[in-house]
Amino acid sequence: MADLTSDFAGIKSPNPFWLASAPPTDKEYNVRRAFEAGWGGVVWKTLGSEGPPVVNVNGPRYGAVYGADRRLLGLNNIELITDRPLEVNLREIKAVKRDYPDRAMVVSIMVPCEEEAWRAILPMVEETGADGIELNFGCPHGMSERGMGSAVGQVPEYIEMVTRWCKQFTRMPVIVKLTPNITDIRKPAEAAAKGGADAVSLINTINSITSVDLDTLSPEPSIDGKGSHGGYCGPAVKPIALSMVSEIARAPETAHMPISGIGGITTWRDAAEFLVLGAGNVQICTAAMTYGFRIVEEMKAGLRSWMDEKGYDSVAAVSGRAVPNVTDWQYLNLNYVTKARISQADCIQCGRCYAACEDTSHQAIAMSPDRVFTVIDEECVACNLCVNVCPVENCITMEEMPVGAIDPRSGDRVDDAYANWTTHPNNPAALKAAE
Amino acid sequence: MSNTPMTPGVVPQRLSRTDYADGFSDMHPPLDAHEALVAADRCYFCYDAPCVTACPTAIDIPLFIRQIQTGKPGDAAKTIFDQNILGGMCARVCPTETLCEEACVRETAEGKPVEIGRLQRFATDTALVTGVHPYQRAEPTGFRVGIVGAGPAGLACAHRLAMKGHDVTIYDARPKPGGLNEYGIAAYKTVGDFAMAEVDWLMEIGGITLVSDTALGRDVTLTELRDDFDAVFLGVGLGGVNALRAPGEDFPYVQDAVDFIADLRQAEDKAQVPVGRNVVVIGGGMTAVDAAVQSRLLGAETVTIVYRRGRDRMGASPYEQDHATRHGVRIVTGAQPLRVIGTDTAEAVEFAYTEETPEGLRPSAQTFQIAADQVFKAIGQTLAAAPEDLTLDGAKIAVTGMGRTSAAGVWAGGDCASGGDDLTVTAVAEGRDAAEDIHVTLIGASEIAAE
Ligand SMILES: Cc1cc2nc3c(=O)[nH]c(=O)nc-3n(C[C@H](O)[C@H](O)[C@H](O)COP(=O)(O)OP(=O)(O)OC[C@H]3O[C@@H](n4cnc5c(N)ncnc54)[C@H](O)[C@@H]3O)c2cc1C
Ligand SMILES: Cc1cc2nc3c(=O)[nH]c(=O)nc-3n(C[C@H](O)[C@H](O)[C@H](O)COP(=O)(O)O)c2cc1C
Ligand code: SF4
Repeated sequence: MADLTSDFAGIKSPNPFWLASAPPTDKEYNVRRAFEAGWGGVVWKTLGSEGPPVVNVNGPRYGAVYGADRRLLGLNNIELITDRPLEVNLREIKAVKRDYPDRAMVVSIMVPCEEEAWRAILPMVEETGADGIELNFGCPHGMSERGMGSAVGQVPEYIEMVTRWCKQFTRMPVIVKLTPNITDIRKPAEAAAKGGADAVSLINTINSITSVDLDTLSPEPSIDGKGSHGGYCGPAVKPIALSMVSEIARAPETAHMPISGIGGITTWRDAAEFLVLGAGNVQICTAAMTYGFRIVEEMKAGLRSWMDEKGYDSVAAVSGRAVPNVTDWQYLNLNYVTKARISQADCIQCGRCYAACEDTSHQAIAMSPDRVFTVIDEECVACNLCVNVCPVENCITMEEMPVGAIDPRSGDRVDDAYANWTTHPNNPAALKAAE
Repeated sequence: MSNTPMTPGVVPQRLSRTDYADGFSDMHPPLDAHEALVAADRCYFCYDAPCVTACPTAIDIPLFIRQIQTGKPGDAAKTIFDQNILGGMCARVCPTETLCEEACVRETAEGKPVEIGRLQRFATDTALVTGVHPYQRAEPTGFRVGIVGAGPAGLACAHRLAMKGHDVTIYDARPKPGGLNEYGIAAYKTVGDFAMAEVDWLMEIGGITLVSDTALGRDVTLTELRDDFDAVFLGVGLGGVNALRAPGEDFPYVQDAVDFIADLRQAEDKAQVPVGRNVVVIGGGMTAVDAAVQSRLLGAETVTIVYRRGRDRMGASPYEQDHATRHGVRIVTGAQPLRVIGTDTAEAVEFAYTEETPEGLRPSAQTFQIAADQVFKAIGQTLAAAPEDLTLDGAKIAVTGMGRTSAAGVWAGGDCASGGDDLTVTAVAEGRDAAEDIHVTLIGASEIAAE
């Protein structure tokens, strides 16, 4: 049976599923119950400096985006870092770590961008017996207005500087948590690497307004008629996070760094996708906040049985396996030709593929008077939209055309040679190279 | 409770108060707002949706469901009323399992269609409680249209004509408008005074005058109407009832099912409606099922529907047959009545099993009896009297196109006219379409006259 134990930047845990730094990890009671439920580790809710703690709003903190059946697809929050006194958090961290020595206990920290502030807090955290620290350079609301969180994460030089201080003042592994609110995720990751970080984790939440109350005209969540942008997370952000993780995993400057994958992970499948795209472990917040701690059961069992089916014996064997398959658009094989195929046996005749292709795409689906839908190969560009809008799984599929066949759309023979844009005659750059 | 289901004869009060209240409560209770959202989420917004094709009034179902999804049930109601002004009643009485919901692609996919009927009710109920009538009359045209019959066909026709600015007068033989909405539909399908309330709401458009207790053929003639009005629409339904032509038909409590149903609908207190201990219903359609089920709900001990052919030939859909059997009604098929047995009152009905022969259905020599102190005849309704000189198609008024009869200036629709199923929704569609045709004809004629 596949082994789920994980060694992430030297931090060991019985499985690669950690709870991300957020409300689920904001106190002893929660974390003990999470460990009882089987989570491999936690990143404790971000701690601030000693002294009076920050205060949160006293109205609603969350906004939501729903799918069918009110399924929570996206959550946004305007919560700050922990609003409980530092010494209380430290005492609890120590007690929990003592009782669960096999679980990963990582402590998230956000203090002002001053050397003294970091020098002061790190020994206190180390004293708890925690396994590592995570630098919160990602919080996009509230804390960033005070020059912390994403305000630091958006400036690679600051990331490098603070990371260096941390490596200097503590022997604990340092994980740098990145904000997605930037244009090129590789730059902050590179800065973390330069500063000596042991790992990066991403993504933190995305600047967002989930909705506006059309009666009061206040953005949600509404605090006395006004709203502030919050941080977006949950299933909706997964594609953004996956792409960012893969970019770091395949950039030569950062490829060596362990990545803790975060963002929208809800099932074992999401977790496996992060792992194969380069993550060494994963962190989860919204899914736990939506369904409770018990989801880790499904995640562990699902990941393990998938690994067994594929013959991967360890998490390390899975990590990064799909990275070589992430490439630039220009290297995609233009001689790979597919056509949409509609299974008449599975078709329920809703006609959504027809509406999509006819109204907005390539007029490549024919509809008979008795509602039989068929693909017109002469028109089909294989865009996949019909597959995406079809409500029945596997009813419409993309079938590869065999080598030697004539593509009825282009009239060209399907070539078995690989050919991409860099050598395509329509590419002005390619022509120049040939001259 | 002075009587029990076992009390012999035809008597009232066989059950407790709560039994009556439960039995005659809403058959498909309304969806609450949350249930409606969950149900609406299942709609796929199909292209050229099959449900719309299956609806005789062609309501834009995906659109109205999307409007419910987006928190606008009032807009959804408007979408429904645009096609079907009696969308509220249709939401309650349509056999959706053979119409829109049968065509729903999720019926194909999972055997569980989107609950279109109940969603339609949710939307229309929301609109009706506001009490605001959503349409305004166009500028008066000066044309006057006479309508006979205030059933679904006549009402739909009247409303559409009023919208177009014509003046409408409806004559109805009965004291109350609504036709079978008021006097026919099973009580548990339309509880409370919904039928009446819906008619009142419909009339708010203005320009419609209702003349009750006035029958064509008795109080007014078609010739007079054709003289008085610019156009005439006949929506008289099927007032006549087929006779059994069996000895014993004259015993008391050997009755037309439709009369029993009408009395039941009008009864303020269902406990006061007498019903037999053993009830036999002869027929195989919706009327037979409604009479049988409601007899059980009134406390009859045994109720048997006897139909002369097989189950597959019954007018009542499999869903309705199940509805009957679920209520403890026994369905006997392949038998026809020979005579009602009894001395002063009915005691039993004698039946013969039937045989298919080249000459048609024949009684065989094998007979049997079923005890009965009340017998309902539900073997089909007919046109009561063919209005003067109109060409018939079989037993109905022949119509072509959008309800044109053989007489110029006379349209017909609903159950009395040829074509289409005998359903409330079909009557609405035909009334509405005839109104459109009348409008085009009147306006067209006046434009030509003006030139
Ligand atoms: C017992 C029963 C149950 C039914 N259940 C359902 C159901 O659940 N769902 C469904 O879709 N359909 C049902 N139907 C069928 C449905 O009720 C009819 O198809 C529909 O009412 C037809 O509408 P209409 O306007 O053509 O006629 P009607 O509703 O019959 O209306 C005709 C009107 O004309 C009036 N009238 C008749 N003759 C004259 C005259 N000479 N002068 C003046 N006025 C006259 C009558 O008083 C009546 O008001 C049922 C029918 C019956 C009998
Ligand atoms: C209410 C809430 C509070 C959060 N607080 C913190 C925090 O204090 N520190 C931090 O690093 N991330 C914080 N996050 C971000 C999460 O740790 C995580 O990066 C993000 O939610 C994406 O993961 P998910 O899609 O699984 O939720 C918070 C998220 C939420 C929803
Ligand atoms: S793949 Fe795209 S172009 Fe081809 S049939 Fe489907 S929607 Fe149309």
